[in-house]
Amino acid sequence: MILVHCEHDGTRLRKSALEMLGAAQALGGEITALVLGRGSSQVAAEAAKYASQVLIAEDALLEPYSARNHAQAIADLAVQAEASLVLTSGSRAGREVAPRVAVRLDAPYLEDATQLELIDGGLRVKHYAYLARVTETLEAIAPLIVVSVKPNTQAVAQPSANLGEVFEVELELTPSPIQVVGRTQEKTSRVALTEASLVVTGGRGMGSPENFKLIEDFADVLGAGVGATRAAVDAGWRPYAEQVGQTGKTVQPNAYFAIGVSGAVQHMSGMGKSKLIVAVNKNADEPIMKVADYAIIGDLNAVMPALIAAAKKLKD
Amino acid sequence: MKIMCLIRQVPDAEARVKTANGTVDLQGSSMALDGMDEYGVEQALRMSEGGAGTVAVAVGPQRFEDAIRRTLAMGLERAIHIETDLVLDVVTTSRLLKAIALEEQPDLIFVGGQHADTDSQAMGAALSEALGWNLVTWTTELTLEGQHVTAVHDVDDGKETVELELPCVVTTQQGLNEPRYPTLPNIMKSKKKELLKKSLNDYGISSTMVRVVNQEIQQRARLQHIIDGKDAAAAAEQLIVLLHTEAKVI
Ligand SMILES: Cc1cc2nc3c(=O)[nH]c(=O)nc-3n(C[C@H](O)[C@H](O)[C@H](O)COP(=O)(O)OP(=O)(O)OC[C@H]3O[C@@H](n4cnc5c(N)ncnc54)[C@H](O)[C@@H]3O)c2cc1C
Ligand SMILES: Nc1ncnc2c1ncn2[C@@H]1O[C@H](COP(=O)(O)O)[C@@H](O)[C@H]1O
Repeated sequence: MILVHCEHDGTRLRKSALEMLGAAQALGGEITALVLGRGSSQVAAEAAKYASQVLIAEDALLEPYSARNHAQAIADLAVQAEASLVLTSGSRAGREVAPRVAVRLDAPYLEDATQLELIDGGLRVKHYAYLARVTETLEAIAPLIVVSVKPNTQAVAQPSANLGEVFEVELELTPSPIQVVGRTQEKTSRVALTEASLVVTGGRGMGSPENFKLIEDFADVLGAGVGATRAAVDAGWRPYAEQVGQTGKTVQPNAYFAIGVSGAVQHMSGMGKSKLIVAVNKNADEPIMKVADYAIIGDLNAVMPALIAAAKKLKD
Repeated sequence: MKIMCLIRQVPDAEARVKTANGTVDLQGSSMALDGMDEYGVEQALRMSEGGAGTVAVAVGPQRFEDAIRRTLAMGLERAIHIETDLVLDVVTTSRLLKAIALEEQPDLIFVGGQHADTDSQAMGAALSEALGWNLVTWTTELTLEGQHVTAVHDVDDGKETVELELPCVVTTQQGLNEPRYPTLPNIMKSKKKELLKKSLNDYGISSTMVRVVNQEIQQRARLQHIIDGKDAAAAAEQLIVLLHTEAKVI
């Protein structure tokens, strides 16, 4: 049985959950969806469309979000439900929870998988290494394996005609020893970066926070998500939530627009797998040019208004 | 205050990575202390008095010695090297490191937020779970008052400030501090510092749970269609048409 730990926002499954349920469907066999925390009972009905059973727990000790307590819940339920595979999201939160679960179960952990394949007695996955420059194939043979799945790499699940049965489960948690005393949510009103099929990213070359209006306007015409490089985030021009790269988000859109971005290794590790890369840069020798499908060599202050106008014309 | 820093040696971020016969070939690549680990070493030096009570711990092949020497030259007091050519999975490594932590009894353990070779973010979480200690991941600010830790760290869609007690595991990231360069006198001094060698055997570990089957470089062929932007309007027009009709992405 495959146990899928589903991320949700209290109302709906996150896309990562639908992707993991999709991955589980592709592997075949019985699927148990696990929905933890506030809003579980509401989300359960949605999860039931994709799994043969849904386990829910609204234990108060899961809030505010505690990786330790989520891990304990997942590990305990994996044992009780006799799972052979546990899937979690490859989000930051998921990549903290999954190794904890693996340690609790003394099970092999396969991290940030982009492809999953059953093999005799175990699982084989692909994942990126060396700042995403290398694709590794990893294998584990064990009765129980824990996997985190890279976001935006799996086809979302197909609903089934038969709804899975929902079970409320009891957990035996203890209060988290970590107090969350402050929280800044950095939400953009635009398309969520990791889910956007088009992403427009501005770098240090934008020159000022005000100039990001060019990035936002272009993104709005295209219906794209907005990204930023670490240089732009560190300068305080953009929120950290928009950062793409090794220490930010990983995106793999149909087209990625890098505007005033040099293409440092750490940035490319977050966007190098984009299906199409478009660059605007005044310097033809930058690393970003080596990976560009299309590029305009020129001053972004002249090129971006022209791109916005041309895109508007196309859309009208 | 005792502080342990897990450290690793990885290819320099700017180095070109090559593969041969299905494995990464590091021959001729310049290697360095993992940048993420450097933040942990720096933080340990700032939180201790001149490095007193600090220890670097490394699990890896002989070549890791260069990176270990660098942490001693930065100022850590001593180092432990569990020398092995076996690539251990994170759960087995956490068992090994737990045993070392129980011997060393640190109050605080620093772990790099993400390894620059395996791209793994798992080590800190696995070790904290193995020890049953508190954990802060992706830490950008860390202050200590007695046993009480206040930390600011990044989460999926923002930042959190958390409070917790020692002992704990902290994973680092860029922004935590600016790591120092070793000074010449410190490099000289470091040559006399203790570097304890151990083996997996000493901890009863002989196998890994995850096998690396293959490593390859999968590069997407890029179109490399470069447009001169001197006439911005014409270039923009041309690009938008190409994206619509040729690439079909807009
Ligand atoms: C441990 C670590 C983690 C990191 N993680 C990340 C990460 O997650 N994400 C990330 O992005 N970086 C990360 N970095 C930083 C990274 O190394 C680079 O410093 C950063 O990506 C550079 O950002 P940039 O391309 O905006 O700036 P720059 O490198 O300064 O490039 C600016 C570009 O703009 C162009 N330009 C300037 N003016 C104009 C103009 N008028 N018109 C057109 N083009 C113009 C220039 O030619 C240049 O190519 C990390 C670094 C470290 C050490
Ligand atoms: N109940 C939950 N189960 C799994 N992951 C969660 C849960 N609540 C929050 N998270 C994750 O924790 C991170 C921060 O969540 P939030 O800011 O509450 O949306 C996100 O990655 C969420 O997906």
